[in-house]
Amino acid sequence: MKGNTLRIALKNNKFKIGVAIVGFFIIFALIGPMFSKFDPLGYYVIKIGERSATKASIANLPPGEMGEIFTPQGVIKVKHYLGTDSFGRDLYSQLVHGLRSSLFVGLVGGGLATLIGLLIGFVAGYKGGWVDEILMMLTNILLVIPTLALLIIIAAYVTYRGVLIESIIIGLTAWPWTARAVRAQTLSLKEREFVALAKIAGMRDLAIIFGEIMPNMVSYVFMVFILQFGGAILAAVGLDFIGLGPTRGISLGIILQNAVLWNAIQLGYWWWAIPPGLVIALLITGLYFINTGLDEVFNPRLRREE
Amino acid sequence: MSGIKRYLTRKIVIYILTFFFAVTIDWAIPRFMPGDPVAVLLSRFATLPNVAEHLHSYFIQAFGLDKPLWEQYISFWNALLHGDLGISIYYYPKPVAEIIKSALPYDIALLVPSIVLSWIVGNWLGALAGKNRKLDSYLMPVFYFLTASPYFWFAIVLAYLLGVKLDLFPVSGAYSYGIIPSLSWAFIKDFLHHWTLPFLSLFLVQLGGWAIGMRNMIIYEIEADYAHYLEALGSSERLILKHAFRNAMLPQVTGLALQLGLIVAGALTTEIVFSYPGIGYVLMQGILNQDYFLIQGCFLMIILNVLVANFLIDLLYVVIDPRVKYSYTGGE
Repeated sequence: MKGNTLRIALKNNKFKIGVAIVGFFIIFALIGPMFSKFDPLGYYVIKIGERSATKASIANLPPGEMGEIFTPQGVIKVKHYLGTDSFGRDLYSQLVHGLRSSLFVGLVGGGLATLIGLLIGFVAGYKGGWVDEILMMLTNILLVIPTLALLIIIAAYVTYRGVLIESIIIGLTAWPWTARAVRAQTLSLKEREFVALAKIAGMRDLAIIFGEIMPNMVSYVFMVFILQFGGAILAAVGLDFIGLGPTRGISLGIILQNAVLWNAIQLGYWWWAIPPGLVIALLITGLYFINTGLDEVFNPRLRREE
Repeated sequence: MSGIKRYLTRKIVIYILTFFFAVTIDWAIPRFMPGDPVAVLLSRFATLPNVAEHLHSYFIQAFGLDKPLWEQYISFWNALLHGDLGISIYYYPKPVAEIIKSALPYDIALLVPSIVLSWIVGNWLGALAGKNRKLDSYLMPVFYFLTASPYFWFAIVLAYLLGVKLDLFPVSGAYSYGIIPSLSWAFIKDFLHHWTLPFLSLFLVQLGGWAIGMRNMIIYEIEADYAHYLEALGSSERLILKHAFRNAMLPQVTGLALQLGLIVAGALTTEIVFSYPGIGYVLMQGILNQDYFLIQGCFLMIILNVLVANFLIDLLYVVIDPRVKYSYTGGE
């Protein structure tokens, strides 16, 4: 059965394109830094005896230009694949490390949101009664509040923010729609015979939820995770862009924030402002393609290709 | 009639609870976060000890930190209900409520037209793609790319291409420096000229999402049993599509309510790209300058507007979905 699903999925063009795009960015994030001679912030690190210092290159170089770094040992010439920003920092290095942090936020933030949503949705749907009433009230309330607004008010008061804290804040606020969708699925699954059988057999609630109901929702859960993964990345980019991102380190949103703050658009430095967002848009497009492809696999009514 | 009343009462109760919850969070976060909130706010004045000292006593008073918690909570609500959101530090001595009041019209000018138009055009394009396979294979990737773009990044792209490269539209502000806001033709023309790019960014990114939703719904509906039945009866394709479109519209209205938060967030960041003087731009100033009362005020204003918009969508739902009327009255 499982192998069959995979075979149909691999025949689906949208699924294949999506996997190719997302796979490309994951590999790029893993090996990309190896091709860079700069640190994550885009500076060149020089060693003077025991100590090391960071040096900037020539400012505002277009992609592919050679930069010059002045060191005690003389001038070093280095190629900047994606050019430099107005502070002479290498943009390729910033981009590839920013992509890493985006994928991390997607994995941790999206994963956490999926878990919380699953747990609350399952419990509400399975237990019913007042547990359901209270959990759904909470869900509906959080659903109306814009996540970004909630994130702003929380992030504004956490003074030291790393990427992990950011991911957790996003995970804690992004789960409501998942909880609602999972609850609806659980409601329909819990009326099936095998659940009644498990109950008669004396299985505990948690064992029924994780042992009987969840395996029937694996495909659905996977699709939810993909959407949460993309959602967390978009939320983080927005948060970073308005200045509430990681206080140290780099992210794609921070590159974009700097580009806008230092008028990269008006000055025509497109290589500073366009590539970071393009990476995100393509990555999320890839995730949507995987999702749509899987939807067609699991839901034959949506299939268009033979 | 009583059915609609019950439906709307239920919704209003949720919205009031939501507002209550939001205000409580707004109140609780500076008080229960680890660390001293006043010290955090004052850290940027470290080089100006005189100013810091003055602000310190102001903050203690404004937060009411010297009083018991329950009293702080009640006076917080009391001030809020009197429209007092505190004084901005960045725009000192302007009250936060006044700053927000002058920023809000710019948000409405961007959001309302972009939401309504993108919903209409997006659904129409999505329906076209849904029934036409060839068109679909070209349009679908475009829709996905649009909806996958961060709003503010798309704004950057448009600003660069249409604003800087082709020099068609200005890329900053809501009107030219030399002009005074009035109801004259010259001002309206100048305003629209500045409004075009931020509007277009919001419009296009939203459009992608609506089109995809409608496309999927149409494909799903024309494969439904009732559509096959109509086909077997010899109905025209037009009639089947008309039914499919009507059925597909309801989830799209629900989707609008769910998307509202993301759209508003998108507008906030887009305003920053264009230095467009709405709430998003004000909020950014608040964040960059640690102006907590300004951030707090913006947060409450955003929530309040989203709640009102949600309620309007609920009203719309009553009009377009006859089932709401019946399910709450038992079909009397």
